[in-house]
Amino acid sequence: MFSYIGRRASHSILSVIGLLTLVFFLTRLTGDPSALYLPLDATAEARSAFARLNGLDQPIPWQFAEYLKDLLHLDFGQSLRQNRSAIEVALQAFPETLKLALVAITLSTALAILVGSLAAARPGSLFDRIASLASLAGASAPDFWVAIVGILVFAVGLEVLPTSGTGTWAHWIMPIFVLMLRPFGLLVQVVRGTMLSALASPYIKTARAKGVRRQKIIFGHALRNSLLPVVTVAGDLATGLVNGAVVVETIFGWPGIGKLMIDSIIQRDFAVVQSTILVTATAIFILNIAIDLLYAFLDPRIRY
Amino acid sequence: MKNAHDSIRKGEGPILKIEGLTVDFLSNDAPVRAVDNVSFQVNRGETLVILGESGSGKSVSTSTVMDLVDCPPGDIVGGSCLFDGIELSRLDPEGRRNINGRRIAMIFQDPLAYLNPVYTVGRQIAEVFESHDAAQGAQARANAIELLRRVGIPEPESRVDFYPHQFSGGQRQRVMIAMAIALKPDMLIADEPTTALDVSVQAQILDLLRDLQRETGMALVMITHDLEVAASMADRIIVMNGGKIVESGLAQKVFDNPQHPYTRRLIAALPHGEAAEASHRRSTDIRGETLLKVEHLTKEYVLASGAFAGKRRFRAVDDVSFDVRKGETLGIVGESGSGKSSIARILLRLNEPSSGKAFYAGENIFEMSGKRLVAFRRKVQMVFQDPYGSMNPRMNVRSIISEPWAIHRDLLARNRWKDRVAELLELVGLKPDHAERYPHQFSGGQRQRIAIARALASEPELIVCDEAVSALDVSIQAQVIDLLADLRTRLGLSYIFITHDLPIVRHFADRIMVMKQGKIVEEGPTSALFSAPQHDYTRSLLRAVPKPKWLMSTDAPSAAPGELRPERTRNGSMAG
Repeated sequence: MFSYIGRRASHSILSVIGLLTLVFFLTRLTGDPSALYLPLDATAEARSAFARLNGLDQPIPWQFAEYLKDLLHLDFGQSLRQNRSAIEVALQAFPETLKLALVAITLSTALAILVGSLAAARPGSLFDRIASLASLAGASAPDFWVAIVGILVFAVGLEVLPTSGTGTWAHWIMPIFVLMLRPFGLLVQVVRGTMLSALASPYIKTARAKGVRRQKIIFGHALRNSLLPVVTVAGDLATGLVNGAVVVETIFGWPGIGKLMIDSIIQRDFAVVQSTILVTATAIFILNIAIDLLYAFLDPRIRY
Repeated sequence: MKNAHDSIRKGEGPILKIEGLTVDFLSNDAPVRAVDNVSFQVNRGETLVILGESGSGKSVSTSTVMDLVDCPPGDIVGGSCLFDGIELSRLDPEGRRNINGRRIAMIFQDPLAYLNPVYTVGRQIAEVFESHDAAQGAQARANAIELLRRVGIPEPESRVDFYPHQFSGGQRQRVMIAMAIALKPDMLIADEPTTALDVSVQAQILDLLRDLQRETGMALVMITHDLEVAASMADRIIVMNGGKIVESGLAQKVFDNPQHPYTRRLIAALPHGEAAEASHRRSTDIRGETLLKVEHLTKEYVLASGAFAGKRRFRAVDDVSFDVRKGETLGIVGESGSGKSSIARILLRLNEPSSGKAFYAGENIFEMSGKRLVAFRRKVQMVFQDPYGSMNPRMNVRSIISEPWAIHRDLLARNRWKDRVAELLELVGLKPDHAERYPHQFSGGQRQRIAIARALASEPELIVCDEAVSALDVSIQAQVIDLLADLRTRLGLSYIFITHDLPIVRHFADRIMVMKQGKIVEEGPTSALFSAPQHDYTRSLLRAVPKPKWLMSTDAPSAAPGELRPERTRNGSMAG
């Protein structure tokens, strides 16, 4: 298993290097930072001094070589906007995103498993039809629209929830709810589908012939066998959330990595953009390893 | 309820009484009557065999007893099931649950599918105790180990923590049996328990079931399509056909003197040893011309290599040489893993050999390419064991059968396709209007006929049948074999007939090759091989064919419960 993790890690390092290279050159296509950071009437000397100070006067391939050299020393560059270490800025924002992502994905998975299993246990029932309708609505509602309507109704209209920012538990409610919608909707469909086929499988007949309690047949036998596809989809959705829920973080002013990324791109804060990419890529790598290990844990036929 | 149970002592009256049971299956058209006014009873401690072919309603009637029929599409129209004085159809779910697993247990045909893949066998056995509050935790586990030992799983203390996929087919069935007998039920329903197993393993499982029945005094209801298995197990027999009981009575009486035409036909289809020499199914005219010549064929697989172990090799086919003449049928017999199917796959160029040569009409098969290979593949066709898996589910029968003509354009003009499909369907015993249906709308036997029609469509010279009739009912088996024999005479076909089923080849093959672990252990003309087998393995295969119970009864006095004959125990504990 450890050799498996090692193999995966070495593959991942290669892809992270490729990704950073791509990001390095692409961000530099967005334009010259000195146009943003210096006053409009700054002199040509001031501009070239700013460029020299930040190493932006060198040819881009040279800048890239410098960047790689610094990377080897774990120097990820300075934020132009905040004038401190770029990685520090990224690592400060990341936990905010992670908290949001973990709560949203955990809640929506748990809820979807419950709703999907119960729906599959009685296909065609009223509960099943309501669940299918709700999941369809959740999966297809545009999150920015739900977020804005939510702010209008609960923050502006009823004044029971804050419009944006962090601080109290009330600040969590709307971002979490909006983030949960799509994962919940998709996962209910996945759980319901895999549970239906699991409940029709021969080993369920065996369990019934043994006289196993109905609850245990559904949640012990069928659900356990249905979890693999659920983990696959939930893992994929979690990856999306960890990457920074850009829209939701921006609308609710959540100081997470998605918002930081957008702000840094707009501000041409290159070092920070690169650092956020590095942090999220690492997180996604760890997440994928965790998902693979979870597979092996859930299905004894899978061994690495 | 408990008192009622105690008041009726063992051996008095029936444990199960089914009356007027009628079950429909709802479909898009009119509902299909699967079980039609069926009445029978099971006495305490006896073995009742329900004999019937697929679709005869034998599994549905017993599944109703266990409440395992899904409703819908199932619809229990009427009838009563009285188990030990309890009307099963009126039980609430909890009352039902108290009977399933505790008083009636069931084992199924395919233990790999019927065991939950994600739990250890120990946990699945322990669950029986826990579900009925008979034992918990460590005690349930200890019981599970004891049961595994009883059903003959070696090293039960460690194997208890293994998962189903880590056992062989026979051992999995032993695990199922362990689960079923955990709470010493009054009745065990065994639904085709040995159909998926090799003959020698089948014999062990049947022995185990007989021993357990003697030990516990439970009634055994065995559902099978296999007449030999039926004869070797049954005290009484019920024969079902088309959802109805057509005959019932004491086993020996039914076998010796069948009354109903259907039963007679079934028993006539049974290949009894004595009649074999007079078989009309063997070739009469074998022309000397050699069609296929195989020389030193070897197929090696490299198994996953560990860091320290180095590469391990496994020889699926080990230096095999044989030939097939025109109009001849060569039977290749062996148990699973003997390499018999690997040979077929290599000869059809579905897999590449590691070494060796094979000449078809003088030309090396393994060096063919392009047009020559296409022409070769037209002349040599294969019929697989699982016709369902070998057919595209989204193609209707017409497209499936006419596909060879789309590939080999010169075979048949497009305007004749429709007529030829109808002809071929009639030739294999189906109706021409079946052409518009899809594979899932047919029974297993019908699908195999479609597969044969597809093979015939390309007008082959050699047909390789890989367990082609193994999944079929006895009377259907006989029909298909007759069909193949007839086609051989009329079209001058040759066959390579791969099977684990000895009686079938005895009637059909001209020559037999017995394989074990990739090697040919014995080869010879069919009658010589059956009358004087040379190799131990061939002899053990011949012995493993079940013998009728009434012929064995002299050496098997009905032992008191708990008492076991030592040699049986030894047989039972061999790894299945």
